[in-house]
Formats: sequence, structure tokens, C-alpha cells
Amino acid sequence: MRFHTKRALAITAVASLLFAACGGDDDTADAPAPADEPASTDAPADEPAPAPAAELSGTLIGAGASSQAAAMQGWQAGFQAAAPGVTVEYDPIGSGGGRKQFLGGGSDFAGSDAALKDEEWESSKEVCAGDLGAINLPHYISPIAVPYNLPSLDGTTLNLSPEVIAGIFANEITNWSDAAIAADNPGVDLPDLAINPVHRADESGTTENFTDYMAQAAPDVWTYGAIEAWDADGPGGGEGAPQTSGVVAAVAAGEGSIGYADASQIGDLPAAAVGVAGSFVEFSPEAAGRIVDASERTGGRNDYDFAIEVNRTPDSADTYPIALVSYHIVCLEYADQETVDLVKAFMTYVSSDEGQAASAASAGSAPISPEVQAEIAESIAAISVAG
Amino acid sequence: MSSSTITRATVTRRGDRVFSGLSRGAGIAILVILAGVATFLFVEGRAGIFGDTEEMSGSDSFLQYVGPLVFGTVFAATLALLFAAPLAVAVALYISHYAPRRLAQTLGYIIDLLAAIPSVVFGIWGITVLAPLLTDNIYPWLNANLDFIPFFSGTVSTSGRSMLTAGLVLAVMILPIVTAISREVFLQTPRLHEEASLALGATRWEMIRQAVLPYGRSGVISGAMLGLGRALGETMAVTIILSPSDGYFWSVLTNQNSNTIASNIALKFPEAYGLDVNRLIATGLVLFAITFIVNALARRIANAGFSGADG
Repeated sequence: MRFHTKRALAITAVASLLFAACGGDDDTADAPAPADEPASTDAPADEPAPAPAAELSGTLIGAGASSQAAAMQGWQAGFQAAAPGVTVEYDPIGSGGGRKQFLGGGSDFAGSDAALKDEEWESSKEVCAGDLGAINLPHYISPIAVPYNLPSLDGTTLNLSPEVIAGIFANEITNWSDAAIAADNPGVDLPDLAINPVHRADESGTTENFTDYMAQAAPDVWTYGAIEAWDADGPGGGEGAPQTSGVVAAVAAGEGSIGYADASQIGDLPAAAVGVAGSFVEFSPEAAGRIVDASERTGGRNDYDFAIEVNRTPDSADTYPIALVSYHIVCLEYADQETVDLVKAFMTYVSSDEGQAASAASAGSAPISPEVQAEIAESIAAISVAG
Repeated sequence: MSSSTITRATVTRRGDRVFSGLSRGAGIAILVILAGVATFLFVEGRAGIFGDTEEMSGSDSFLQYVGPLVFGTVFAATLALLFAAPLAVAVALYISHYAPRRLAQTLGYIIDLLAAIPSVVFGIWGITVLAPLLTDNIYPWLNANLDFIPFFSGTVSTSGRSMLTAGLVLAVMILPIVTAISREVFLQTPRLHEEASLALGATRWEMIRQAVLPYGRSGVISGAMLGLGRALGETMAVTIILSPSDGYFWSVLTNQNSNTIASNIALKFPEAYGLDVNRLIATGLVLFAITFIVNALARRIANAGFSGADG
């Protein structure tokens, strides 16, 4: 018996050590090995006609924003049908990691919730062929809804001005019967109930865009700027929940809760109409898609770059201002024709109506407008072989 | 072990050599794996501890960063132990000394089964079943009647994703380990001790107090320490259940809670890059050290006085 117990002890001791050792339960998906770019630059000097997608073959490697992961599945499936010979790989390692991998030459394109920073653009000139650097293409617009749990409103949509939203998430407005909320919602019987603001506990592009919205639209109330990590840089307080699903579940679980989440994931929860240009806009894909039109290009790099400073205070009340705009970052010049053809074909597909419909179906994204599509098409057309 | 005076056999056959080689290899492998993990944590984590905090999210020093996490880790595990240890001892006593043999066996199997449930399942159970149940029935009462105790003050979380819920779920998770070890040591109580106690006129409870508990004390303690080790490192269940905030929070009912190290790594790792990754690994090193200390403590207690009623 004694032997048994000791053995059991030893086994459990070892086991608990092992448990502790692999405390981080996450599979750290290894980044794919850097693609061996064929160094041969035997591309023809004259401008070649773009090959039809169906005749292309090869592998296109991308990595980056996990926000695009669901959309990318839709694009991969759709593009596979159009170009059966091409495999598009995408590793959702996060925006920062994706840009880093792209700048290190480990991928053909990056997915990123933020455009290349100036110093990153400078270093992109080294990894891209030629000296024009990389460009940002705003291919993925993911609307962020503000769901709330107030059963007593019974179907009435809550109107929330930017100042009220910022006040709630900065822990300054703490009760639903607050005069500021009542002012936005005349005639609505607001309950005397504590507000439980729910935020993402993990770092997230959703948080960054939502806080960027508050920082732009209500800078006097939200003084923390655009932040990714709520607890480290933000006001603290409120309830933290992991991932989009966690936020939605936490809002659904507690009466009086309000949160922010990918609009396609909020299920049956009602979403607030947001104050824009003196009136209130309910979320719709079309309204969210206009955000890119309402925003200025940051410019200053080259004519084909489509990095934008997302404008959270549009002038017209038909634009929904809270959305995550995610980019594909590609080189303007590649070393070989094969990569150019693959990148062009895939990016053309993604920005087409068909591609936007595919991501809407798989990820609930908002479509980019025809005007923006036309501008993006010009940028894609400019992608070429160096030299 | 009184028969250890037999002279050592000098005859060795091939089987002996193979077996001793195999077992020695296994022993060395464990050490190598452990050393490998420790080295990895140290090498990768060093930049996170001493690196430029300007390049990390939040500009705290490493101590400011890891402090609340250590607090949360120890707090959650202690809560779990507080609930699990008495229950485990009671269950173990019931199985070893009260229950009819057949029932005792069945109960033992069921307890062991608890250990086989993946932690993510416990997490989902905690968030969908336990948390709403407690939020609707228990927490408001605690808050209303006992809020002069700092633990129960504050605003009750509307979704129940609080430290107390996490502690309770962890308690269920460590129950099997503590119970199994306690049961083993209680069963080892020498029959003569028990019979002597009963012969002196002790009731069954008095007999347990005089003979079984003193004999099993060190075993129960070391079992509890192993449970504590498990609770310290538990990840998924805490990640799902706990609503984390930055700072030290004593209240167990609100949505403001110190996160645990393991859960924090699981939350932050997927999107982290650069020095943030190193800092997360460094917190892993801290957890490794805490767990190591707890296990060393358990080992010492277990070795100290296993064989008999001391005192």
C-alpha cells in the first residue's frame, strides 16, 4: 500500500509539474516556413498581358490579421473555384506578426488591421523588388455593433450618441436611467439599472477600432486614445471577456450589460443606433461600407497606396462609423512574373463584387463601395515586375 | 522494510541490464525535459523581464505587470483549495471508513472520473450552468448580508464571471486528486491503531480523530499541495470564466478580478508579438517557479512523516 501511495504521489507530482509547464494552452501555430522565392528574374522586359485566372498555378502565401481569418476562408474557397491551380495559404498569426513576416520576406502578402507604419513602409522597400515599397488595400470592412441587454425596452432600439457611448465605457455613466441617455431617447422608459460595460479581455483589433471611434467622436470623454489592450492602457473597470464569442455571451448573460462586437456575431441581441452628424444610424452592411468613402487617404507614399485615416465622424448620416477596416498589404513590384500574376489575380478577386459577397457570407463583412472598388482596381493594375 | 538486510545479489542477467538502462534513461529524460523547459522559459523570458518596457503594451515594469497576476493565481488556487480540501477529506473518510464496500468502490470510480473531464468542459459548465445559478441565488444574498467583509463587497457581477465562480470550478477540478490521495492514506491506517482506539471505548468518530486523521495528516497535506499545484496552472477554465482586470482585487463577487498567470498567457498570446511575447513567457517562468515551490513543499511534507502517527 505504501508503495502505491508513493507511486501515486510521484505520478501526480510529475503530472502537475507538466500541467504547469504547459500552462499556455494555446497551440502556437508555427509560422509557415518562408516561401522560397525563386530568385531567377528572367521575366520579360515588355509589359505582359495578365494571364487568365483559370490558367494560373502556384501558391500564394499570406499571413496576418486573425480578424480576416473567416473572410479568408470564403475568399480561398471562391478563388479556388476561379483558379483551380492556385493555392492560397493564410496564417492568422495577428496583424503585427503578419506585417513582420511580410517585411521579413516570409510571405507574399500580409493581412493587417492597421496600415504599414512609416518606418515599416521604408523597410518594405528592401523586401519588395524595385524601390516603390508596399501598398495597403482596404479589402475587408467588418462592422462593429454595440449590442446591449435591456429586455425592458421591448424592441425599441436604443439611440446612443458618441459621448454617451464613451461615457459608458469610461465608467462615467453608470446607470441606464442617466439623464444623458434619456436625452438621446425621448419617450423611452429607461430602467433604473446599473450599466455593465463588457470589453475584450484579449488584445484585439475590434477594441482598437472601437476605442479609435470613441477617441475621434468623443475626445473629451474618451481620453485614452485608440488602444488594443483594455486593461493595460484603458480606464479599467467593466467586465472583461475573451474573444468575440465571450463578449456576446457576457452581454447576453447579464441584464444591463452593453458591449462591442463583430456585428455578424451578436445573434439576437439588439444593437444600438449610433449618433452620426446629428442623427442616429442603425448598423447595416451598406452603411458601414461607406466608411472608406468617407475617409481620407493618408497619402504621401505613392499614388497607389490606399492606407486611410478612418473617419469616425462622417458628414452624412447614412454612414455607420464603427467598423474595422483591415488591409491586404502587397508589394507594388515583385521580382518574378509568377508572383505578380498570382497576387493580381487574387487581389482582383477579393475586391470584386464576387469576392466581397464571399466574405460577407463567411464573415459578415460589409462590402466596399463601387467607387472604392474602382480605385483599388487601379492600384492592383499597377502591380508589376521590377525593372 | 525490515527485510532489507539481504545481501545484494551479484548475479546479473541481460534482463537486469536492459531494465536498469531503460529506467535510468527514463529518469534522465524527465530531468532533460524539465531542464529544457526551464531553460526555454529563462532564455526567452529574460528579454521580457529586463527589456525596454516602452516597447511593450502598457508601460509597467515587469514587477508591476506580474504582481497582480501572481496575486490572482495564488488567490484563485487558495480559494479552490479552501473549498476542495475539507470536502475531499470528508469524501475520502466516507469512502474509507463509512460507506459499504460496494458503494465505496462506485464512489471512488466516479470521483476518479471527474479527473478525466477536460478543463475546457469544466469551463463551459462553469459559465453556462454554475455562474447563472450562483448569480441568481447566492451572490446577491452574500453581497447584501455579508458586505462588511471585504471579500463580498462591491457590485455583484451580472454574468457571474467572478473570482468565486472560478474558485469553485477549480475546486471541483482538484477534488479528485486530493480525494484519491487522502483515501489512500486513510486506508493505510494500521488496523491495530483503529482497533486499539475502539477497544478503549472510542466511538467511530473518536477513533477517526485519534487514529486515522493523525496518521493520514501528512498525506492529506501533500495531496492538497498537489491539488494546489493543479489549480495554480489551470488555464482554460479560468480563461472562460474569469472577467479579468488589471490590479489587485480582494472582492470575489464583482467583475473586477486579478487574472491568473496561465489564463493571462492564453488570452494574450495569440495576438502578442515582439517583446510582449517575451514578457508572457517570463510570467510563465514565474508560474513555473511558484508551482515548483509548491511541489517541493508537498514532497517535503510527504517525506517527513508518512509512516505512522507522529506526535
